[in-house]
Amino acid sequence: MYRKNSSLFIYCIFYFGFLYIPVLLLPIFSFNDSFHMVFPLKGFTFDWYIEMWNKARLHQALWNSIKVGIIASIISTFIALFAAKAFTRYKVKFSGLSYGAILLPFIIPEIIIAVAFIVIWTSMGLKLGLIPITISHVLYCTPFCLLILISRMEGFDKSLEEASMDLGENAFGTFWRITLPLLLPGIVASLLLSFVISFDEFILAFFLSSSDQTLPIYMWSQLRFPKKLPHVLALGAIIIVATSFIVMLSYWFRNIGQSKNNKNLEI
Amino acid sequence: MIKDNYIKLRNISKKFNEVTAVDSLDLDIREGEFFSLLGPSGCGKTTLLRILAGFEYPTTGSVFIDDSEVTNQTPNLRPSNMVFQNYAIFPHINVQRNIEFGLRKEKLSKQELDLRVNESLKMVQLEGYEERFSNQLSGGQRQRVALARALVKRPKVLLLDEPLGALDKKLREEMQIELRNLQKDLGITFIFVTHDQEEAMTMSDRVAVMNEGKILQISPPKELYNNPINKFVSEFIGNINLLESKTITQNNQDLSLDILGVGKQDFKKNNFNYILSDNIFVALRPEDIYIKKEKIENVDINIHGVVKNVSFYGESTYFYVKVKGIKKLLMVSNYVDQVSINENDECNLGFNLKDIKLVS
Repeated sequence: MYRKNSSLFIYCIFYFGFLYIPVLLLPIFSFNDSFHMVFPLKGFTFDWYIEMWNKARLHQALWNSIKVGIIASIISTFIALFAAKAFTRYKVKFSGLSYGAILLPFIIPEIIIAVAFIVIWTSMGLKLGLIPITISHVLYCTPFCLLILISRMEGFDKSLEEASMDLGENAFGTFWRITLPLLLPGIVASLLLSFVISFDEFILAFFLSSSDQTLPIYMWSQLRFPKKLPHVLALGAIIIVATSFIVMLSYWFRNIGQSKNNKNLEI
Repeated sequence: MIKDNYIKLRNISKKFNEVTAVDSLDLDIREGEFFSLLGPSGCGKTTLLRILAGFEYPTTGSVFIDDSEVTNQTPNLRPSNMVFQNYAIFPHINVQRNIEFGLRKEKLSKQELDLRVNESLKMVQLEGYEERFSNQLSGGQRQRVALARALVKRPKVLLLDEPLGALDKKLREEMQIELRNLQKDLGITFIFVTHDQEEAMTMSDRVAVMNEGKILQISPPKELYNNPINKFVSEFIGNINLLESKTITQNNQDLSLDILGVGKQDFKKNNFNYILSDNIFVALRPEDIYIKKEKIENVDINIHGVVKNVSFYGESTYFYVKVKGIKKLLMVSNYVDQVSINENDECNLGFNLKDIKLVS
């Protein structure tokens, strides 16, 4: 039984309020019948959502973001999959160093990655656009994928792979028939999470984009015009709902079968 | 013709960085034999098994199974199969598909496949469990699935890595008998790794006692119990009393010892066909010592002591006796009700020279 602790409870209310009330303002104002984000609310409307629906450039930006997100999440999950296998199953030389190197984008400020990337990319004479954005997103997403997959990999017993080898499967067959199916929830979680990260990413996309905008860049570009603010709020509201849903889904996938596996280990 | 060296290990060493897990070891295992590797944890027995399975490659030496060298073969190419300590049942497929797993390369028809799976499930008495998943099975059932999955491959050698360790005592004892019978029926060579001497003794044709990467003694269980080759083996197998002694004379034929707490005693060396160092222990099994309140007739050696502790074990009773001059309490076992001796009673102990083992 938990004893009720009122001071802790108040702390929780403040904490969550501080985190989420500003975010909740977005959906509220997206239904407000006014160009200005001020209280009191004027009246209820769906106009901004309808306006949003009719913007061709928004559609283009959305499609760009989806393309970048899908490609970046697949590539970074792929890289992380093999890295996770190497880190957890083989004795790799300099494994500590290379592990650190992969996780480095976590701590390097994004703007520094962005500046470095744009310098290298343009000095090679290459064009800015969706391709460098995708590549930089791979760099940025891989550490997240790696952490998810390593924890999944450590969650299942190495002797399962050994048993498969013992029963006549070679390394590839073992990976295909045992490792991959057992990792699948982790792989799906990694794909979803890295997609969301790429989808929401602003700084790298801002530096590396040219005429092709991703959704966050599009939103930012619209903020300069007060009359365009409301439909960005509507878009923002939808993105909040959609990404929260995907992240929850990814956590659900990440844990699927995990408790079942643990039950197998206790005898 | 049964081959004496069906499995042949020559000069096997395995080093993990600076640690030597297996130390230049030779071993021959007979065809169709139930062979146990017994030793304390860290003695190298599991490493040795994993070298046989192909999960580890020896630093030096070679491994032969049925006359063909497998030293550098990967596990999937070897004619051996393994039952893992935690069974390693694949959690994402059912029992049927677990057992079929290793047969994919044999390209059997669906009918033949079912037949083989059925046959092996029958062998381990798990018919009707085809559709179950690992988390729907008890520990004992998982163990049987692991066994069936390995045996369905019809291996030349079955390797078992402490497979009974996770089961409770009663089930473990049942499985011991079942495993033993299965092995006899199939005639497959079993190599069984355990740290439980009782398990090794009850199941095996021969037992190899290992310590610090070396095999100390390979013998049938009875021989191991009755003629331990050194102090370590004598202490590891069953209960034993070790009495310290001082060597008075030792030459090719005769040995004269001053046994602490007992006195001077002469031995014929040809009764002990191995070399002893100067630091000799007189080893006595608890059941080889007689205990009575009155004087014991017809024994070679008589000593006197005080009972410090009495432990009742059901089929026998253990007395722990303090004897002047002997540091440790002597362990003496006796069948129930043969003597009524209580704690702090004085008693007489007696034993015969033929029951003495000399170890060092």
